[in-house]
Amino acid sequence: MIMRILGEGQYEIADEHLDRLNELDSALQSAADAGDEAAFTTALSALLDAVRSLGTPLPDEDITPSDLVLPDEGTSLTQVRQLLSDEGLIPG
Amino acid sequence: MTSITHRIAALFRIKANKALDRAEDPREVLDYSYDQQLEMLQKVRRGVADVATSRRRVELQVNQLRQSTDKLQDQAQRALAAGREDLAREALTRRTAVASQITDLQEQQTSLRAQEEKLTLAAQRLQAKVDSFRTRKETIKATYTAAEAQTRITEAVTGIGEELGDVGLAMQRAQDKTEQMQARAGALDELIASGALEDATLPAGRDDIQAELERVGAGQDVEVELARMRAQLPAASASAAVEGPDAPKGGSDREATS
Repeated sequence: MIMRILGEGQYEIADEHLDRLNELDSALQSAADAGDEAAFTTALSALLDAVRSLGTPLPDEDITPSDLVLPDEGTSLTQVRQLLSDEGLIPG
Repeated sequence: MTSITHRIAALFRIKANKALDRAEDPREVLDYSYDQQLEMLQKVRRGVADVATSRRRVELQVNQLRQSTDKLQDQAQRALAAGREDLAREALTRRTAVASQITDLQEQQTSLRAQEEKLTLAAQRLQAKVDSFRTRKETIKATYTAAEAQTRITEAVTGIGEELGDVGLAMQRAQDKTEQMQARAGALDELIASGALEDATLPAGRDDIQAELERVGAGQDVEVELARMRAQLPAASASAAVEGPDAPKGGSDREATS
């Protein structure tokens, strides 16, 4: 599975790590649902660290669509909500 | 995995061109197909050339056989004149055989010409099709390249944060430099005001020394003029003396000029 961390690049993640990442992703979703900004930041940081440590970075010149795209470290819950609003990341 | 990361990925995928399939580069497929068409066109053209050559060869054969028939006709006439009817008969028999060959070859010639015309037409049509395909291929390739670039941009929005950071740094540097230059300009003004630095904006040569020299020069001119005027004075005072020593005005004038 190919994952992209925005502002950082793509990582290839082996299937055996997906369960662990799923747990972290669930935590992130829960924090987002609860509107808990602090928990969201912590969960996002943990998820990104896991992707970085478990994945293999892909060269920048490769054009491969990502299966998953993760916000970068500094992204707040509000920004993520804006990102996922109808307008999307890129207007138009 | 669910949720946020999935939704962001989906967002990117919606924005990216869906026709883009990295498994097979359509540009390569199109180029390959075009090459094949060109090869086919080449074959058809070669076919046209072959048929044309055959037709030409048959034409030459027909001409040669016609010459033969003329020759045999002539031989038959001469044999008959010489009283050799048997020879004349033989010549005429051969002439008939040759004439039959000519007829066969003429049929072949007609058939070859028809084939040649058909192939020429086919080659022209194929050429038009290949040309049209080439145009479409280039359009599709351009569209694909644009789509790929779009995808690259979409995927690489990643870099935007970093690039904005760079822009921020560049602006900061520009601002710092401006401030530095403003500070330097202020310092220069102070130095000029204190006299420690010459103001380069003043006209060249207008320094203190030059000003003093000019002042001295101007003073000398005054002295010269005074001297010249004094030289004229004795005559004036002489005439005043003639008028009378009691004239009080002349005296006061002299005092004023000296």
